Amino acid sequence: MKHFGATKTLAAALSLAAMTAPALAQQGLDEPFQKPFKDALAGKTVAYVPVAMNFDLTEGWYAGLKKELEPFGVKFVIRDANWNTNAGAQAVTSLISEKPAVMVVHNPDVQTYAKLLQRAENEGIYVIQINMGSAYRSSAFVGANWVEIGERQTEGVVKACEGKSNKIAIIQGALSAAASAYTLKGVENVLAKHPEIKVVSSQAADWDAAKAKAITQTVLKQNPDLCGIVGFWDGMDIGTAAAVKEAGLTGKVFVATSGGGERKGACELVKSGAFDLNMSYDVPTQAAQMAGTIKWLLSSGVKPGSVKGSEYTTLIPITKENADSQMACWNLSDLKK
Amino acid sequence: MKRIRFNQQEIVFAVFALLFLLFSIFLRGFLTPENMLTLLQNVSVLGILGLAMAIVVIGRGIDISLIAALAVPPGLVLQMVQNGHSLPASLLTAALLTIAFGLVNGWLIAYAEVPSLFATLATGLLLAGLGQAALFQLDVVQWSPRMDGFEKLGQGSILGIPTSIWMFAIACIVVAFLLRRTRWGAYIYAIGDNPYAARVTGIPSRPIIVLQYVITALIGCFAGLVMAASVNSMPTRIFNSTLIYDVILVVVLGGIGLSGGRGGVLNVVIGTLVIGTMLNGMTIMDISYAGQNLIKGVVLLLAVITDSFLNPRNEETAQQGDI
Repeated sequence: MKHFGATKTLAAALSLAAMTAPALAQQGLDEPFQKPFKDALAGKTVAYVPVAMNFDLTEGWYAGLKKELEPFGVKFVIRDANWNTNAGAQAVTSLISEKPAVMVVHNPDVQTYAKLLQRAENEGIYVIQINMGSAYRSSAFVGANWVEIGERQTEGVVKACEGKSNKIAIIQGALSAAASAYTLKGVENVLAKHPEIKVVSSQAADWDAAKAKAITQTVLKQNPDLCGIVGFWDGMDIGTAAAVKEAGLTGKVFVATSGGGERKGACELVKSGAFDLNMSYDVPTQAAQMAGTIKWLLSSGVKPGSVKGSEYTTLIPITKENADSQMACWNLSDLKK
Repeated sequence: MKRIRFNQQEIVFAVFALLFLLFSIFLRGFLTPENMLTLLQNVSVLGILGLAMAIVVIGRGIDISLIAALAVPPGLVLQMVQNGHSLPASLLTAALLTIAFGLVNGWLIAYAEVPSLFATLATGLLLAGLGQAALFQLDVVQWSPRMDGFEKLGQGSILGIPTSIWMFAIACIVVAFLLRRTRWGAYIYAIGDNPYAARVTGIPSRPIIVLQYVITALIGCFAGLVMAASVNSMPTRIFNSTLIYDVILVVVLGGIGLSGGRGGVLNVVIGTLVIGTMLNGMTIMDISYAGQNLIKGVVLLLAVITDSFLNPRNEETAQQGDI
C-alpha cells in the first residue's frame, strides 16, 4: 500500500508538471500481481518423467513445456524411464527426496506409480499426470480420453462401412497398456450399438508396425471385402496402412487410427491416403495446458493434493479435409525453436 | 537292433508338416496360394535374420547385437535422406557403419577373446544407444518422399511373388553359396566344430571369425532395409523387443545346434516355416495374444523334449560349449 501511495503522490506531482512537459504524464502504473507470480516461478524445478524420450509425444510435451516455462526461470530435469517401468518407479522415488516443485509424470500403467505419486503430493510436490493417468488422481490430469478416442474412431469406421460388407478388424496395442484397454472399451461401446458390424479379427500388435502389417495382410487375404480397420496408434498403423496399400485396397478399406498429430506421422499420412481418420490429441495444446496448470498451481500456493482436477484434451479428427491446414498438425522441429 | 533316430531338423519338419496338414484341413482360407505367399512374406525378414544368425552360430558364436544392426544403419539411411542427403550417399554411410560395427564385434571376439555372448550384448547396446542419442530425432524414423522407388525392396511383387520373399530367397542363395561352396564357409564349419583343431591345422581362425561378424552385421542391415521398405518407416525401438529371441528360436528350432559346426540354410528355412505357419494359422483363427504365446510355448517345448528324448545327451554326444 505504501508503494501505491507513493506512486499516487508522484502521479499528482507529475500532473502538475504536465502543464509544462506533457510527455512526462505517460508514467506507468505498477501491476501488483505480476511480481509475486514471477517470484513464485523463478528458480523452481519441474521434473519430467516420461515413459521414454525420443518419440513425438514425449519430445513434444517437453519442448512445449520448456518454451512456456523456461523464460520465467523455471528449471527442468528429465528422468527418462526408457520403456522400463522399474527405472521409472526408481526415478519417481528419488525425485520425491530431491523435492522439485512440480512433477510431470507419464504413467506406463495404472498401478505402478499410484502410491508414489500420492506420497509425492504429501511431501509437497505438485503432480501433473499426462495422457496416461494412474489410479491416484493428483493435482491435475492432462490428457486424452482413450474411451472417447475408441468411440470416435469406431464411429468413423462404422459410417464408412454403411452399405458394404460390415466386416471390420481391430489392431490393438500392447495388452498390458491401459491406453489400449481403454480404447478397446470405446470400440466395444460403439459396436454394442451396431450389431450389424462383424469383427473378423481383434489382435494385439504390441505397438509394432511390422506385426501390425503381418496381421493386417493375413486378415485382408481372408477377408478381401473388409470395409474398415480400427488401429490404436499411428506409429504402429503405418504397418497396417502399408498392408492395405499392398493389397491395392487403399480407399476401399477405411483405416482409423490415433496419435499426437505430428506432421510426418499424421497429416502427411492422411494426405497420402494411408489413413482415412487420425484422431489427434494435439501435443502442443496439451503442453500448453500443462504449462498453464503449472503456472496456476505455483502462483496460487495451494497445498499439493488439496485441489484435484482433470483437463481432458479436445480431440482433433484429422481427415483429408483438414490435413492440409497449418493448425491440424505440428512439427517437432518448429516446436523446439 | 537298429533304432530309427530322428534329429531335431526332422522332428521340426514333422511338426511343420503336421501343423500344415491340420491347418489345411480345418482352416478355411489357409491353403490358398495368396495366403501361402502372405505366410512367407510375413516371416521373410525373420528368415533373413535367421540366416545371419546361423553364420555365427555355426562358427560357435552368437550375435545378440543383430537387432541393433537391423535397426540403426537402415534407420540412419532414412534419417539422412530426411535431412536432405542423397540416397546413395546415405546407403554408403550405413554400409560403412555396419562394416565398422562388424569389425568391432569380430575384433572383440577373435582377438580380445571376449565371449561372443557378452561382447555382442555390449556392442548392441552401444550401437542402439548411439542411434538414440546421436543419430535419430525420433524413435520411429519416417520414410521420406525422396526415397520413393526404394520401397520396392520390401513392397509390391515380382512375377506375382512379393519382393520380400525374393529378398529372403536371394539371401538364402548367397549364404548357402558362402557356407557350402567357398573355402571360407568350410573354415567356418571347421572352427565351429573344433576351434583348437582348426587352428592347429593352419586355418586363419581369427580373421575368419571377424569375417563372420562382418557378414552377419551386413545381412542384418539388409534385413533392416527390407523391413523399413516394407512398413515405410524404421521403428528403431525394435531393439528393445524380443525379436532377437525369435531369431535364435528360428535357428535352434531348425536344428542348428548352439554348440556350432552343424546345420545350414535348409535348417533356417525349416525353422522359419514352422514359426510362419504357426503365426499365420493363429492369426486366421483370431486367437488372443496370450493364447498365441501359450501355443507357441507348448509347440516349442514339445519339439525340444522330443529331441532330447530321442537323442539323449551323454559324454559321447555332448560337445564342449554346448548350451
